[in-house]
Amino acid sequence: MGKPNKQRRKGQVAARAKGPSGAGTASVKNNPFEVKVNKQKFNILGRRTKHDVGLPGVSRSKAVKKRTQTLLKEYKEREKSNVFKDKRFGEYNTKISPEEKMMKRFTLERQQNHEKKSIYNLNEDDELTHYGQSLADIEKLNDVIDSDSDTEERGILSAELTAAHFGGGGGLLRRKALTGEQDEEEEEKPKSRKELIEELIAKSKQGKRERQTQRENALELTEKLDTDWKEIQTLLSHKTPKSERKDKEEEKPKPDEYDMIVRELGFEMKAQPSDRMKTEEELAKEEQERLQKLEADRLRRMHGKDEQENKKKPKHMSADDLADGFILDKADRRLLSYKGGKLNVGNDEEEGGNEEEEGESEEESEGEPGGEDEEEAIVEEDDATDSPSDLESDMGSEEEVTANEEQKEKHKGNEERLRSGEEQNAKIEAARSELPYTFTVPESYEKLKSLLFGRIIEEQLVILERIQKCNHPSLAVGNKAKLEKLFGFLLEYIGELATVEPPELKTIDKLVLPLYSLCQMFPEGASNSVKFVLQDAAHDMEEMIEVKGRATFPGLDMLIYLKITAILFPTSDFWHPVVTPALVYMSQLLTKCQVMTLQDVVKGLFVCCLFLEYVSLSQRFIPELINFLVGILHLSIPQKRPQGYILVHPFRPAGKNSELLLVCDKKDMETWKKQNLPLSIVTRLKESSKTEMNHFRLSCLAVCLDLIKKCAALYESLSSFHEIMQPIRVLLTEHIPVSEYPEQLQELHQNALKELEDKGKHYTPLVCEKKKPVPLKLYMPKIVKVLEFGRKQGGSKEEQERKRLIHKHKREFKGAVREIRKDNQFLARMQLSEIMQRDSDRKRKVKNLFNSLATQEGEWKAMKRKKFKIRH
Amino acid sequence: MAQLGQSAAAALASSLESVLRSRGSANRVFEILELLQVDEEDVILCAIRTCSRLFGTLLERGELFVGQLPEEETSLAGNYNAEDKYKIWMRHRYNSCVNCLVELMGHESFQVKELSLVTLMKFVELEGKYPLVKAEWKGSFRFPRELLKLVVENLIPCEEDSSLLISRFQEYLEYDDIRYFVMKAVAENIGQVMQKTQKVPLPVYQQNVFSLISSISMPSQESEVINFMVKQANQEEWKVSNLKEHKRAFERMWLGFLKHKLPNGLYKKVLVILHDSILPHLNEPTLMIDFLTVAYDIGGAISLLALNGLFVLIHQHNLEYPDFYKKLYSLLDPSIYHVKYRARFFHLADLFLSSSHLPAYLVAAFIKRLSRLALTAPPQALLMVIPFICNLFRRHPACKVLVHKPGGSEDLSEDPYIMDEEEPSESRALESSLWELQTLQSHYHPDVAQAAAVVNQSLSELEDDVSELLELSAYELFDRELKKKVTSVPLEFEQVRGLFGKKDDLFAEHFALE
Repeated sequence: MGKPNKQRRKGQVAARAKGPSGAGTASVKNNPFEVKVNKQKFNILGRRTKHDVGLPGVSRSKAVKKRTQTLLKEYKEREKSNVFKDKRFGEYNTKISPEEKMMKRFTLERQQNHEKKSIYNLNEDDELTHYGQSLADIEKLNDVIDSDSDTEERGILSAELTAAHFGGGGGLLRRKALTGEQDEEEEEKPKSRKELIEELIAKSKQGKRERQTQRENALELTEKLDTDWKEIQTLLSHKTPKSERKDKEEEKPKPDEYDMIVRELGFEMKAQPSDRMKTEEELAKEEQERLQKLEADRLRRMHGKDEQENKKKPKHMSADDLADGFILDKADRRLLSYKGGKLNVGNDEEEGGNEEEEGESEEESEGEPGGEDEEEAIVEEDDATDSPSDLESDMGSEEEVTANEEQKEKHKGNEERLRSGEEQNAKIEAARSELPYTFTVPESYEKLKSLLFGRIIEEQLVILERIQKCNHPSLAVGNKAKLEKLFGFLLEYIGELATVEPPELKTIDKLVLPLYSLCQMFPEGASNSVKFVLQDAAHDMEEMIEVKGRATFPGLDMLIYLKITAILFPTSDFWHPVVTPALVYMSQLLTKCQVMTLQDVVKGLFVCCLFLEYVSLSQRFIPELINFLVGILHLSIPQKRPQGYILVHPFRPAGKNSELLLVCDKKDMETWKKQNLPLSIVTRLKESSKTEMNHFRLSCLAVCLDLIKKCAALYESLSSFHEIMQPIRVLLTEHIPVSEYPEQLQELHQNALKELEDKGKHYTPLVCEKKKPVPLKLYMPKIVKVLEFGRKQGGSKEEQERKRLIHKHKREFKGAVREIRKDNQFLARMQLSEIMQRDSDRKRKVKNLFNSLATQEGEWKAMKRKKFKIRH
Repeated sequence: MAQLGQSAAAALASSLESVLRSRGSANRVFEILELLQVDEEDVILCAIRTCSRLFGTLLERGELFVGQLPEEETSLAGNYNAEDKYKIWMRHRYNSCVNCLVELMGHESFQVKELSLVTLMKFVELEGKYPLVKAEWKGSFRFPRELLKLVVENLIPCEEDSSLLISRFQEYLEYDDIRYFVMKAVAENIGQVMQKTQKVPLPVYQQNVFSLISSISMPSQESEVINFMVKQANQEEWKVSNLKEHKRAFERMWLGFLKHKLPNGLYKKVLVILHDSILPHLNEPTLMIDFLTVAYDIGGAISLLALNGLFVLIHQHNLEYPDFYKKLYSLLDPSIYHVKYRARFFHLADLFLSSSHLPAYLVAAFIKRLSRLALTAPPQALLMVIPFICNLFRRHPACKVLVHKPGGSEDLSEDPYIMDEEEPSESRALESSLWELQTLQSHYHPDVAQAAAVVNQSLSELEDDVSELLELSAYELFDRELKKKVTSVPLEFEQVRGLFGKKDDLFAEHFALE
């Protein structure tokens, strides 16, 4: 009794489960008869169980449904060659709601119709007609009717109304409506059909004309608006805050034709007005912020923090930084003129201008009366050279050159007071006019040399600048590599200039500028070139040590290279790809090279200066430097009794060259004046008099004493300051014959000594950083990444991967086999049901036949019986 | 000139042929011998070759007199038969030829020197085979000692450097018998020469001797003594085939050489090879103690080098050296970081200080002194010495007070450590702290600064491997820096204004661009 009941219920549930609605599945889930719980033997913590509960009925029905949709269809169409394709839009897409579906279908239909335009139709929009009348017209009429009916006969749905609305019913109904409802109109104009049509045609023609004129008007207006806008636009782009506007306008030059063109070119891009211009204070602040950021960057690198913490260094130089560079700013303008997605031409110009202003303000203290005029000129020139397209045009580049030259001139103002600006200008003017405007990048060092050698400095600079401009990387693809090479050649050229007799140091002094700008463009290439030079030099020295057993100081070129390194790269970094090798090389110079002549002393002192300059910001400790200074002092003392200090490698307590700096001549002592050591002495041994030599010696000594003073100031914070300086102090106090030296030198000596002795002695015992307490050993299980449960975890990564794949394959294979089996079962079931169906059909038909036959028979028999009865 | 040479060569060839063909024309030997004394190099070379062939053949034929050679005059008068007379005469010619060749070893041309040396050695070989001395008893061993002695004497002249010739001679030293007799000859020669000069140093001679005897490579096992130039009948009984005899000769030679005062350069060279090519081949290595202690007391680089030999003696031969560590301590001066033998010294110092039984004060004194001296050291040495010091801390945890002194007195006005104190126990190193390493934390070389920063933290248990760092040279350091991978190159942002254009540029103060 209960069993069939249950079955029925199950069947009902299953039937319900087949329903697509979500509510159905929810109820199925709650139905304990539907749910099959997979019993777990062990409850494992942390394991997510996916299959603890199953809904066999649901999943089976799902599978069956899917099969009916796919497999069954295929089965049914197995012997058919043509297929029925349903192309109705979204017929099988359940995601689209029926309303949307209909809308979409409608629009599609419309679109299809739209394309099939009648060629006879004059108007663009197709006209729908009904009984030869335009539907649009009918609608117009309807409107009138509507308004009337709204007021008078609200809520009445008559045949007339429907006729008017839906156009149905034909003319009869219409006429009836017209006669019935609107008497006045009808009485006034009893229009015939022909009239109506004529009227319509006339109307449409008129409409067409009207539309045409309207369109023309609109066009005209837009044009006018455009021109107006252009005029306004120039004003808009130069909009300044009200407070500044007045005085700005005085400074502002009138926009000339060139500017107009530039703006028109930029018109399409800047649909919106540009940013307002920044005030001077803002610019100064920005500049300051930029410098602060760079300085912060530098400090971070100095402490070597990013080395350990974040390997990927932030970009050190943003595009902005390069922007207001020296020569670069003009060439790079195109790259920089976008800021925040907007083109801001004026902004950058001002920045560049401001940069120069700033540089000026630094030097204005020295008195430069024409500052403002110049500034204006610069701004103007910058404006003029705004677009890179005029790089080759005469005007642009000329002005640039002058701008640059002026700038440079300002920079070296304090050094180069001798030459007046006009004289300079004249020279540059001459250089400009003589030289061609475009240059190709020299392919080899020889070509560069032939290009530059023998020319005056200004010409060389102009040439280099033009090369750089004509071949800016943004102009052609190969230019980058070419200019990178140019850096190497230029470096080589500088080396050669330093080795010629006499060294052309003035030229080098100027050539540093293009070198710097090239370096800013291509940091990698430049660093590689400098590294290459360093490597060469170090290699040479190593070879010399191997062959001769000792090394000599390198030529002036190498010293200049080292100095240039300090100019191009930040020397304070904790580690720097170029500076650190340079430091190691310099250390080798001071420890390996023999000091045999006065030149060697000068070179050594030069290297000492370099060392001090390299660490001037980072305040790093250089043992070699102290050693060398001790050695130099040792060279100047008369009686060699090394007590209280010990000399290290390149210096010997006694020997051939141990009295290099000893000066005995009293007269020479008196006549000596402190002077800067000319670097040219390094390359050539001047056949100078004994007095001059003695003066050189004293100058060297003066440099040495000053360096000692600087060292003392630099290292006073070091905890072993006194130990480091001990030998120098001993030498200064006990050995140096101070009293014999000229006054200036005595003064220097006093200063150095004071610097050494002033420092207090503080020693605080060292304490290690607190160790982190070692945590107790916990018996935590070793955590391994679980790939597959129940599998061995060992083996290498590849092995594990292979195993995983094999396992996966196996599982997939099993699954596929199961699916195929189920498919077959399904098919068999289908076939069986088909057969059963067919059989039952046949049975039914046979039964029917039998039935009819039986009735026939019955009837026949009945008739027979009747006949029989009738007969009887 | 060439013609002269050619004609001389032709003349030599003809005289050689005639002398060899018939005894009648034996007088033509003089023609050959004469040409040994001419000036032309080609001719001399040719003559030497001819002599070599002539006397070589004569030796092989046995046409030279064997035994005690009588005076030439007496032999002519004496009752010798014609055959003997000829042999005696020829033997005299042979002797004069050898004398000539020995003289030619001092010729200015190297080719002549070389050829005469080779010829003489050929005679040595042939004399060994066909001895010119009568056997005293049957089976006695005969070797041309006198001739070899002559060669050796001229190989180590007092006036000029003959290292080239000696390197040519080296191939003969492969023969065990030659080596043995050369060693004996050298020992004898040193004695004679040194006695003659009486304390006047002979640097060139000593240099020559050194290059000869340092090129002697001794066999290490008895079984290796098998390579003889002159084969004897009963080889095994010959004392030359006894390794012990070799060692004795070797020992005597070296002791004789080292007995005398050596110039500094040579001293170092001897000490460099002492521990691995001299000491193992001595019968009694302890005999070197005197030499080594003297060297150890000299100071400087020589002491550093003597350390190695001393170490071998202490380690393998139970040498007890009083105040060894004190001496070692006094060896530490700034030059240790700069000398060539830095690696060797620190390798040994590492060994000496590896004992865990050393008192803490001693190790602390060493640490303090090393780090004090490190204030003058180049980076490559610093990179080695800082891990070295860290290793010392690991081995001797008692010394850690040098880097960790919590609760010590606040501010000291003076470093308690006394640098000038000779005695490590008196140096008060344990009261001090390693401010030197703190200073080095701001060294300009990033690696050094990082290495020095290690003392801030507590040290790891494992010792650093110093052996790789020992040999680090400045060039390697430079190369290493250059080869580091570069991700980005930071640039100077300060505007350039010329070579000396920076703000308060040091160079503008001191140098002029002229």
